[in-house]
Amino acid sequence: MTDLASSSFVRHDLVNERPAPVKTTGFIGWARTRLFNSPTNILLTILGALLLWFTIVPSVKFLMVDAVWSGNDRTACLAENAGFAVGACWPYIQAKLPQLIYGFYPEAERWRVNLTFVLAAVLLVPMLMPRLPAKGLNAGLFFFALPVVAFFLLRGGGISGFGLSWTAGLLELFDDSIIGAGNVLLNLSKTSAIAPLLWVIGNLILLVGTAIHWLVFPLIWLRDQIQGSGQSVWADFAITTAVVSLIAFVLGGGLRTGWRALAASIATFVAIAIVIKLMGLDHGGLPIVLTNLWGGLLVTLVVSVTGIVTSLPIGIALALGRRSTIPLIRIFSIAFIEFWRGVPLITVLFFATYMLPLFLPGNFTVDGLVRALIGIALFTGAYQAENVRGGLAAIPRGQGEAAAALGLSWWKTTSLIVLPQALRHVIPNLVNSFISLFKDTSLVSIVALFDLLGSLRASFSDPKWSTPSTAFTGFAFAGIIYFIFCFGMSRYSLFVEHRLNAHRRN
Amino acid sequence: MSTEARKPPPQIALKIRRALGGKSGWNGIVVQFAFAAILGWIGYEIVSNTRANLENQHIAAGFGFLRNNAGFDVNQTLISYTGSDTFLRVFVVGLLNTLVVSVVGIFFATVIGFIVALCRLSPNWLLSRVGEIYVEIIRNLPLLFQILFWYLAVLAALPNPRQSISLLGIAFISNRGLVIPRPIGESGFEPFLAMLVLGIVVSLGLRFYARRALFERGQVIRIWPSVLALLFGLPLATMLVFGLPFTFELPQLKGFNFAGGSRIIPEFVALTVALSTYTAAFIAEIVRAGILSVHKGQMEAGSSLGLSRGATLRLIVVPQAMRVIVPPLTNQYLNLTKNSSLAVAIGYPDLVSVFAGTSLSQTGQAIEIIAMTMGIYLLISLVTSAVMSVYGWRVSRSLGA
Repeated sequence: MTDLASSSFVRHDLVNERPAPVKTTGFIGWARTRLFNSPTNILLTILGALLLWFTIVPSVKFLMVDAVWSGNDRTACLAENAGFAVGACWPYIQAKLPQLIYGFYPEAERWRVNLTFVLAAVLLVPMLMPRLPAKGLNAGLFFFALPVVAFFLLRGGGISGFGLSWTAGLLELFDDSIIGAGNVLLNLSKTSAIAPLLWVIGNLILLVGTAIHWLVFPLIWLRDQIQGSGQSVWADFAITTAVVSLIAFVLGGGLRTGWRALAASIATFVAIAIVIKLMGLDHGGLPIVLTNLWGGLLVTLVVSVTGIVTSLPIGIALALGRRSTIPLIRIFSIAFIEFWRGVPLITVLFFATYMLPLFLPGNFTVDGLVRALIGIALFTGAYQAENVRGGLAAIPRGQGEAAAALGLSWWKTTSLIVLPQALRHVIPNLVNSFISLFKDTSLVSIVALFDLLGSLRASFSDPKWSTPSTAFTGFAFAGIIYFIFCFGMSRYSLFVEHRLNAHRRN
Repeated sequence: MSTEARKPPPQIALKIRRALGGKSGWNGIVVQFAFAAILGWIGYEIVSNTRANLENQHIAAGFGFLRNNAGFDVNQTLISYTGSDTFLRVFVVGLLNTLVVSVVGIFFATVIGFIVALCRLSPNWLLSRVGEIYVEIIRNLPLLFQILFWYLAVLAALPNPRQSISLLGIAFISNRGLVIPRPIGESGFEPFLAMLVLGIVVSLGLRFYARRALFERGQVIRIWPSVLALLFGLPLATMLVFGLPFTFELPQLKGFNFAGGSRIIPEFVALTVALSTYTAAFIAEIVRAGILSVHKGQMEAGSSLGLSRGATLRLIVVPQAMRVIVPPLTNQYLNLTKNSSLAVAIGYPDLVSVFAGTSLSQTGQAIEIIAMTMGIYLLISLVTSAVMSVYGWRVSRSLGA
């Protein structure tokens, strides 16, 4: 015991403080751990800094410091006049801005383009905010009402009939084609080796054609009566409203529950009537601006928005077809999707420009812009189909089975239970497809449409503004516009993805 | 008393229903017939309209035009071609040009893509930001925009051949393209090539043998000295015996342009640069996602086994990441090949440009030409996807699924 006590040691003075550990917080700590923690890292940091220095500094110098901000023609942007090495030539953009935005759209009518842009923005912005209510109405207006209104606003022109006349016209065309096919087969049966078979099929088709003819005859008669009267649009409109509302009423459940459907239908038609009256569609509408005068950002936006609006239904239909249990429909969908996904968009545009007119009846000419739109819709539709299919595959089988157990039909199961969940799953993928669609719209400049890039390229050849920095300035301007749109969309897609996965975060 | 097992009833109607309508029965059959009728009607309309239209325009359908003389020149040909060759030859020339720009583009896109992915994954903050900026800027600009930017802005701003930028005095960049030395085969070329091939084959065999030895007997064989000797020593030795395999013809400025050497046209340069930098941004994201998809525990397990960081990456992380990387990577390669058709915008003579562009406007045979062009691209992508599904099947088998 004593031994232990004598060897015990009690310190009387404090130990010297040890130096504080290396700081790992704050700016210095951050720089030490993330930038300078080893010789290789120091080297890499220097390399990165050099890379940034040699790209950002010349860009800023070109865009801002050395730029020329005012002038009337190329002389202002030449080095010998400005007295320094000239960077961006902004007066060139200023002079070409109307062309880059509207193309050759007549100056007096440009308010129509602006109005369309404003309408689209007013409908789009609330749709993108998840918090705001009435998404169904909003989407309906954006996807169905806006394209129609925009068509009559941008292109102009009026209508000479309404639903009834159009239906009658379409059925008449269809009937003519069927009767024509029957007659062709009957003619063939005179010379062919399998004559009896062809004769039977031909007569069968003729019979169907004649039956359809007698079925649609009252409709055609009614149309001719309406066209004969003075107020053809409004008479047609009234009849269409009555018929469609009645159908909605009956399908909605008749006297018991059909009133809601009836009210909705009438409200829709009243809204349509107001639009027709406001735009004066019943007597000619706005002056027509042909699409070969459209250009610039207008064409870029028209092509991409139309592509977005039309490709989604095509994609949904193809995705459902690909999962269908009916062999022919499944095979057709797979072949269709794989075909369009296997070829480059530019060949699709060539197809739409050169081959499509051959497929249509000779008296039927399709506008160049519409041709490109058809090609883009088919192409993007195939890509959207694969996106939607991914969403459909992600929905557990139990959802569909539960709906079937409740007695819902296939259509109701799909439209009320499966599709809404599937589409919500794939919003980020759909937005990513829209980004690539937006970028791909630049390809229409190859088939002689002047979108933003096409107008830009056309503006380079103007001798009034040809300077060494013109091309760089133009590309900088167009690049900023494209970047803003695409980057905005990709950020939005990230935001939606974040929201959708909110339940998985911890 | 034994009873014979009764034969199942034939259920012919059920079998017919199953064969014709799939799982959805009679409804399915009706829908199918209606669908087939609609398809048949559309097909009939297309055929009859096309026939009438072609008759009106006095165009003879058929592939006979392929034997006619093309009568135009192409400014980059891999096989000999003159204006008096046929349209079929034009098709082959265009296809080869498409393939060459795709292969070169794929090579550079892979290299740049992996470098950018490494930058983005780097623990160095600044470098990963640089990688991110690159990816964001490139991905959010249209490819056609980038092709035109390189062609109309950057390459057009280069000096003319007289003031061209010299790279070590052997290659020259100007607005007329890139001029590089041309190798010319000498007498020693064939033995050199044969020895090179032999060296490669023997090295591959050695590697195979060494791996067998490692896996079966646990025996480590050091092969790199002999591989080095085979790959470099053998060709060098043949060079000493048979003389130089080839000499280089250096380009020289004569008058206003270069004589000698081989010229790479500016369209090719612009297209390759744009395609490879654009695709590289997508490849970088794929590679990054693939490496991040390997669980952190794999790296830790590797180092707890005593493997070095490099060995862990090489033996454990990368093989697992490759399973995730390869399918989308192939997709990007396919995209690059399809995107090379944008060459038509700057006049690089690829398949779309010379065949679907120039030949189409000369002959007016829209249907045949566009069908052939689409068919080739479709063939390429179908073959690739077939190869990829075989790969996917092998991967899932090796995972024991």
